[in-house]
Parts: sequence; structure tokens; C-alpha cells
Amino acid sequence: MKFFRLILRNTLRHKLRTSLTILGIAIAILAFALLRMVVGAFYAGVDTAAVDRLVVRHAVSFIFSLPISYMDKLKTVPGVEDVTFASWFGGVYKDPTKFENFFARLAVKPDNFFKVYTEFQVPPDQFQAFLKERNAAIVGKETAKKHNLKIGDTVSMKGDIYPGNWDFVVRGIYKGRDRSVDETALIFNWNYLNEQLQRDFPARANKIGWYVVKVHNMNESAQISARIDSFFKNSAAETKTETEKAFNQSFISMYSSIITAMNFISFVIVGIILLVLANTIAMTARERTTEYAVLKTLGFKARHLTGLISGESLMISMLGGAIGLFFAIPIAKGFQTAFPTLFPILPDPKWTIIWGSLAAFAVGILSALFPAITVSRMRIVDGLRHID
Amino acid sequence: MAIPLSYSYRNLWTRKLTTLLTLIGIALVVFVYTAVLMLDNGLKKTLVATGSDDNLVVLRKSATSDVLSILDRDSARLIAQFPEIARNSEGKPVVSSDAVTIINLDKITGDGMGNVIVRGVTPDTAMDLRRQVKITQGRNFESGKTEIIVGTSIAKRYKGTQLGQKIKFASRDWEVVGIFNAEKSGFESEIWGDVDQMMGAFNRQAYSTVTLRLADIKQFPAFQSRFQSEPRLNAFEPKNEKKYFEDQSQGLGTFLKVLGLVITIIFSFGAMIGAMITMYASVSNRTVEIGTLRSLGFKRRSVLLAFLLEALFIAIIGGLLGVFLASFLQTITISTINFATFSDLAFGFSLSASIVVSSMIFAVIMGIIGGFLPAVRAARLQIVGALRGE
Repeated sequence: MKFFRLILRNTLRHKLRTSLTILGIAIAILAFALLRMVVGAFYAGVDTAAVDRLVVRHAVSFIFSLPISYMDKLKTVPGVEDVTFASWFGGVYKDPTKFENFFARLAVKPDNFFKVYTEFQVPPDQFQAFLKERNAAIVGKETAKKHNLKIGDTVSMKGDIYPGNWDFVVRGIYKGRDRSVDETALIFNWNYLNEQLQRDFPARANKIGWYVVKVHNMNESAQISARIDSFFKNSAAETKTETEKAFNQSFISMYSSIITAMNFISFVIVGIILLVLANTIAMTARERTTEYAVLKTLGFKARHLTGLISGESLMISMLGGAIGLFFAIPIAKGFQTAFPTLFPILPDPKWTIIWGSLAAFAVGILSALFPAITVSRMRIVDGLRHID
Repeated sequence: MAIPLSYSYRNLWTRKLTTLLTLIGIALVVFVYTAVLMLDNGLKKTLVATGSDDNLVVLRKSATSDVLSILDRDSARLIAQFPEIARNSEGKPVVSSDAVTIINLDKITGDGMGNVIVRGVTPDTAMDLRRQVKITQGRNFESGKTEIIVGTSIAKRYKGTQLGQKIKFASRDWEVVGIFNAEKSGFESEIWGDVDQMMGAFNRQAYSTVTLRLADIKQFPAFQSRFQSEPRLNAFEPKNEKKYFEDQSQGLGTFLKVLGLVITIIFSFGAMIGAMITMYASVSNRTVEIGTLRSLGFKRRSVLLAFLLEALFIAIIGGLLGVFLASFLQTITISTINFATFSDLAFGFSLSASIVVSSMIFAVIMGIIGGFLPAVRAARLQIVGALRGE
């Protein structure tokens, strides 16, 4: 306890320097935490993917579509409980260069898509209204908020993948079952898309992007996937079936170099905090060389001095870390509200806090290392003779 | 009278460790800042180099990339007859009707699959049209065969794409007969083959785009007005190829830049605070010295300047170090997904004179901000108090 007071007093001796250091650490830990959260946001889709769903897509790549006729065949595959499908619509909404105007737009099988994707929660009356109208759409809560969309509003889009002008009427707003669900998508009736295609581009009609298969028993996923793929082997459109988790993972692997860069940078940040704190501690220890010599003369051992120095270092780093982390989560939430489409899902903040605290702790210990060793090894006479 | 420069830099020597730590801090920040600018520059260079100034791409209106565009055979034939189009040595119009799709290939590293652009091109004229493409190994694909040539960045990263090997897509085996480079442009991240073979294999009825070269770039207005007055081409529009590929870099470029600059700004706070701590310490350790200087007749202004210069020295050396380290990044190639085409694109870091200048300006600004407040404190010391060491 006595030691603690001494450390506290020492820390407060250079108020300006200490507060600058704490500020520096707080900012760096904040940046570190935000980066970890961005990386986590990339992976959030993988962690929350349902294990009892398989994605069936064209074997060549996902830009090729599958015939609608596969629907009935898929239903007959043993172990399959339900089958639904979706197509990536794309489209240009308002100014396409702004991130906020980019959110997922999917044309889906209307009657059972929301039964398979139970995490998208739609009020029953809104769902009934959605079924009744051809160009009805259900939008996510975040997108509705961002673009001020209410039930009955029309969303106009220009098609890029599917040429033409498209008008959707908002008939429902879905909420995510929990915080890990993307609340930014616009989901509409595939029949609306298909009818227009039948009229304008008959060759492209009656095709869908990918099937989603719900299985009875998730332990049979591998066998069912193999069964489906062999079923369509040597047909015009061969399929590739994988679990939803693997499907999401394959999207993330495309970003792997960006993620690697962010991981790398987040550790460079720790390096920078280390430099700032190490600088402060080294400076402080050098100024107090004489004092440490006096303490040694009084009978304090090397471990006491090490404790003093690392205690001060840790106090500064942990305080800075705490301040940084305190602001990190509200700022991340703010980012998310500002750009919901860029970060539709925020990862669990628990890990950010754990990582951030670990980083602050490691920096505190490492910064004290060098000065502590010097002071411990110092001979009393040299210390007393020291002139700054 | 000014305090001699040597006073400032010799002071840095006396506190080697502190100076070094601050310097490394600034160097790291400048390194990251330079790297971000280099990456953006490299991306632009890659995509801009993909386009040629006298080439035009014809796409369906509102299609943001060639993967999304659809152009039927009749329209393509019609466009190829325009008189403004250049002719090659055999008298054929320099036009390529491309069918562009994306396929999945396994990465050599084993971490999953990537999206790769496969471009079916018109066999005879595609090479006349894209002069930057040069076969480095093997030979060009032959018309009417299931042969492909592969860009160097693809051959380096994907399984089965090396010379002599075969890859299977669209239920056919395609033999890799050549590897090409294309002056580091986006084409190096593509696979090329005969467009008719591709369309047959993928069971497609329509091309994606038509690219053509004008005999003379000045004829663009004439070409455009002819194009617009042709009702059968109403659904399409010609774009300058260079401009088109530049637009393709925007989404990814903005993303990298915003992310990178936000990180650098936060970093720079850390570095400035580091510089400030060092300079404050250096001021408070030298109180008596400053008092002596002042009593010798040096003005407050001179003291301020001396300390500011000290901070600037650190910043400039740190800045140079950062840029120097970043220049080594030019050997690295990054491949990531381009949002505009949803396929893999390889590009490098590229340093330019303007990047060096702006990085150094950034370093100097950090030095000035970090050194200013401590220098002001030094300048405001009272002579008597300072001499007593108060």
C-alpha cells in the first residue's frame, strides 16, 4: 500500500508529461480497438452463419445463375427440410459513389425465405402485405432509418445487372434477431424480377442466383452437400454446395490482403504506443537516478525499484488503455450508425476489450523493462554522482 | 541574433535514447502515411495503364463494369463497321468483342479460392488493340481451340494456371499455352481465350463489351455523333477506355484511402505527443541553460526558434527514414478484390515525387505542432527564475 502511494506520487510529479503520455496511449489504444473491431466485423458473418443451412451455387462462380427447375429436384434430396433461393440484384440507388447507398438487394422466393432465415424478423401483418403485392419489398431497420423509409414509400433503382428501372414499395421493415444480424438489406419478390426479364430478356428469365437448403440434421451436412452436387453432375449447370459458414468464409478470403494489412497495422500501433511510453519512462528514470541511488542506500532492493518503475509505467498505460477503450465502443457504434452498410455487423465488444487491455498491459511492462534493468544494475556511487 | 544551428542539433545528441525513440515514432507514422499514398497511386497506375487513350469501350448504359454489361452480336457487328475505327496491317478493323466472366480458382497458398476474370477476346485483333500485352512464355492462343493465355499475376497465384497445365471450367479443359505481361496493368490479373470458344462453353448468346481503337483520337466526336444517331445502339454508350478503367479504381481506392488516412491521422497524434513529451523534457532539463542564453542577450524569438528547429530536425530525419523504409514496399505486390468487378486485382505500391514531398510536409507539420508548445514555454521563461533553475 505504501508502495502504491509512492507510485501514485511519482506519477503525479510531472503532471503535464504524464497526462500527455496518457492521452497518447488512449488515442493509440482507441485506434487499436477500432481496427480490431473492423477486422472482427469482417468475420462476424462467418461466426453467426447458421450450421443447418447449405448454399448451393453454380460450380464455375457465383456470377452464374442456376435454373429455377432445380428447386423441385432439390426438395427430393434426402435429408433436405426446406429449400429457398435468392438472386443478387445489385442496382444503382441514388449516388452510387456514397457508401451509404450501397446495401444488399436480394430477389428471393417470397413465401419461405423468411422461414429459412428466421434471424430476419418481420411482423406477421407486414409479411402478409409483402406477399400480396408484386413489387413489395422488406427493408432492414438500419437502411430504413438511414434513408428515412416508411411503409408505403417507393424505392426507385436503376438496374445494372438487370437493366431497366425498378420501383419497390416498402411493405415491411425487418429487425435482426440479435445484434449480429445485418439490418441493411432490401429484400423483394423474385417474381417481380422474373416477369420483367421474361418480357425484356427471355434468355435470362427463370434463373436464380443461389439456393439455400435447410437440412434436418446438421451432422449430415457433408453427405447432403455431396449428394446434391453429384445429383447435378454433368448437367448444364453443375453446382457447388457448401455450408453457409464456408460460403461466407470464401467471401472474406477475397479481402485477405486488406485484413492482413489491418492486422499488421494494429500491431504497428502497439509499437508506437510502446515508443511513446518507453520514452516517458526512460526520461523519468534518468531524471530520478539520484533518488533511486538514495533509495538503494536506504536498503531498498533492486526488486523494489523495479516494482516502482514498472508500477508507474503500468499505471500510465492501463489508465490510457482504459480511457481509449471507454471511447472505442461508442465511437464504433457511431461509425456503424453513420455507415451502416460498411459495417453492418459489429463484433462482440468483449474481445476488443480483452485485446486492448492486453496490449496496454504488455506496453506497460515492456516500457519499464529497460529503465528497470539499468536502475537495478546501477552502483549506488554512480547513481549519487549522476548529473542530468 | 539567432542561436547557432549547431546548438539545436548537438542537443539532440546529448539525449540519444529519447531522441531516437521520438525519431522512430515519427518515422513509423510517415512510413504508414507514405504506404497509404503509394498504394492508392499503385492502384491508379495499374488501372489507368489498363486503358489506352485512343481506345473506346462500348458498354450497356448503366453497367458499371464489363462483367455486368451485355451486348448482343448484331450490335457488335454494327459497331465494327464504323468508318472511324483503325485498321491493322491486314486491313481488319481493330476491334475486340469481349465476353467477360468470373471463375473461381484455387490459390496456390491453399487459403481458399479467388475470383478471376476470364476474358474471351477476338483472336486476331485483340493484340493490336491492347498493345501493352506481350507474351513472355509460350505462344498466343489459336482461334477455334480451347486454349488460353494467362496474365503473370494470375500464373503466380493460382493453381493449374502455369504454362502447359490445364484448368477446367464450363465443362471443358483449357490448356494454358502462354503467359503474358501487360506493363503491370489490370490485364495481368486476367485469363484470355477465344471469345467464340468461351461463349460456346458458357452457353452465352451475347458479348459483354466491344472495345475498338480509333484511327485518330480527334475523330471521337464524329464517332460519338454517329453512334448516338444510330437507334439500334440506343442501349449502349462508348466510353474512353482510360477513363473507364480509372472509374473502376474509385471504389477500392476510396476505401483504401479513407481507411489508411484515418489510421495515419490517429497515428500522427501519437507521434506528435511523443515529440511534445521529448521537447518538454528537453526544455525543463535546460532551464538554467535557457536562462544563460537569455542573459547573454539572445531574444525570446531566438530561443523559440532554436527549440522549434530541434523538433524539426527530429521530424525531418524521421520523415526521411520513413520514406526510405516505405520505398522498399515497391517490391511487394498486393492482390485484393476490386469492388467494381468483384474479382481479384494485383497491384503494387508505387512511389512518386509528389508522394515524397507530401510525406515530408506531413513530417514537418508533425514536428512543428509537437515542438511549438514546448518552444513557447522555453521562450517565456523569466531570466532570473530560469537561472535559479525554477
